[in-house]
Amino acid sequence: MIRMEGVRKWLGGKLVLDGIDLEIRRGETLVIVGPSGTGKSVTLRHMVRLMTPDDGRVWIENEVVSEAHGTALERLRRRFGVLFQSGALLEWLTVGENVALRLREEGRLTEAEIERRVMEKLDLVGLGPDCNKFPSEISGGMRKRAALARAIVHQPEIILYDEPTSGLDPVSSRTIDALIKTMNRELGVTSVVVTHDLHSALSIGNRIAMLFNGHIVAMAGPDDFIRSEQPVVRQFLEAQFITRKGAWEH
Amino acid sequence: MITREPRYQLPARGPAGHLGRHMLALVGNSGRAVIMLGEAIWCLRYVFTRRSRQAIVTQMYVGGIKSLGVITVVAAFTGMILALQTGLEMRRFGQEVYIGAAVMVSMLREMGPFMTGLILAASVGAAIAAQMGTMTVSEEIAALEVMSINPVRFLVMPRLVALAVMTPLLSFYSCILGVIGGGVVGLTQLGVPWGAYVDNATRFVENKDLYVGMLKAFLFGILIVTIACHQGFSATQGAVGVGNATRRTVIVCFLSILICGYIVTRVFYV
Repeated sequence: MIRMEGVRKWLGGKLVLDGIDLEIRRGETLVIVGPSGTGKSVTLRHMVRLMTPDDGRVWIENEVVSEAHGTALERLRRRFGVLFQSGALLEWLTVGENVALRLREEGRLTEAEIERRVMEKLDLVGLGPDCNKFPSEISGGMRKRAALARAIVHQPEIILYDEPTSGLDPVSSRTIDALIKTMNRELGVTSVVVTHDLHSALSIGNRIAMLFNGHIVAMAGPDDFIRSEQPVVRQFLEAQFITRKGAWEH
Repeated sequence: MITREPRYQLPARGPAGHLGRHMLALVGNSGRAVIMLGEAIWCLRYVFTRRSRQAIVTQMYVGGIKSLGVITVVAAFTGMILALQTGLEMRRFGQEVYIGAAVMVSMLREMGPFMTGLILAASVGAAIAAQMGTMTVSEEIAALEVMSINPVRFLVMPRLVALAVMTPLLSFYSCILGVIGGGVVGLTQLGVPWGAYVDNATRFVENKDLYVGMLKAFLFGILIVTIACHQGFSATQGAVGVGNATRRTVIVCFLSILICGYIVTRVFYV
């Protein structure tokens, strides 16, 4: 569904992505892990053309998103929902208005239908009673859930999650993980998750890709990933107390 | 696309290299600001949608009505100072009765739009730059783009319309207050009767003075929004970047208002 072919990207005089080849299948959840500053978020941003590769191409099915402009780009972006690391909610709108924003701007649905959809998504993420609160009045975890409701309100085919659990306590992190799994199970969407939280990655991912020094050094299902012999992967796993037997066993 | 990737350049060599870099950046930024303004003007076709109307009214209130207090004080004192300074000099020749004309012409042609422009640049322009900058560094602008919501239509166009309308109105308001302030000083400090002051103020002024003053104010409003939004969208590096964008907005707005004011005066009065 999403294909990156030989994507290279220079940032600040440094080669961040060095010929990334990646294919994400329809309906799967691919988790991209790796140390900070290795280009995980940069990879994600290429998929919605918030960044343009210096070399290589990014495909969404048969269309090249990395070269799309204007209405073609808008049409491609409608297929995406993106959960940004900070949530990126507009502070002067309530949670409900934030979630409804895209639908209201598109102007294709009646106000009643928009209200119904907004409440449906807010209930899904457990924020129904908080729809009239402003982002500054809710916690970090609730902001992420509100941002998730906004990302899925237009029923996208693909959801991109940029560090969905960063800065959250373990309980809130697991709540977000459960929501990501619910999205895949109930909405059948294709998901790409960028995180350095391996517990989260192993819990939600169908496949896990490890990005290191601009290359994908490992790509496997969760079970094979924790048994990987790659030194970089092993070091990353052991830093989070994950052994070949599983998490927390040391 | 408003969301731009960070650009890396090799360090400049020597003073000439630095100067060249600054000139290129100036030309590049000016070009991008003009393109953004063009896009905002193109987005005026959405001006009558319900959301745009609401956003414009909100921005008129935030940018215009909320500035009334400071503009009232500044305009009244500007008129009073003008009247006192010119009146004291003219009294040496027994011509203080003409201060009405001096205050009215100065306020309409220059001081009204100029003072209004400076106040709005420092208050509204800085606020716009800070808001756009914060939205840029916290990925809200990127989120809008990913949602296929054009940030120029959503954020810039309502502010552009609001300030393009409100700046001339506020400028006219400041002229009236300045003239009243001058009249009060004339009456209390210089012994110029109110009737003579008003008679002189209206006799020597032309319609052209009003139109040119309003044109200046209109252009200042557009300049402030364009510069503030462009600087905000260019913000990088978190809070420091937002602070820099705000500072640059005030400086560039002040310089642009001065230069633009001179050009308009040169075109219409020479």
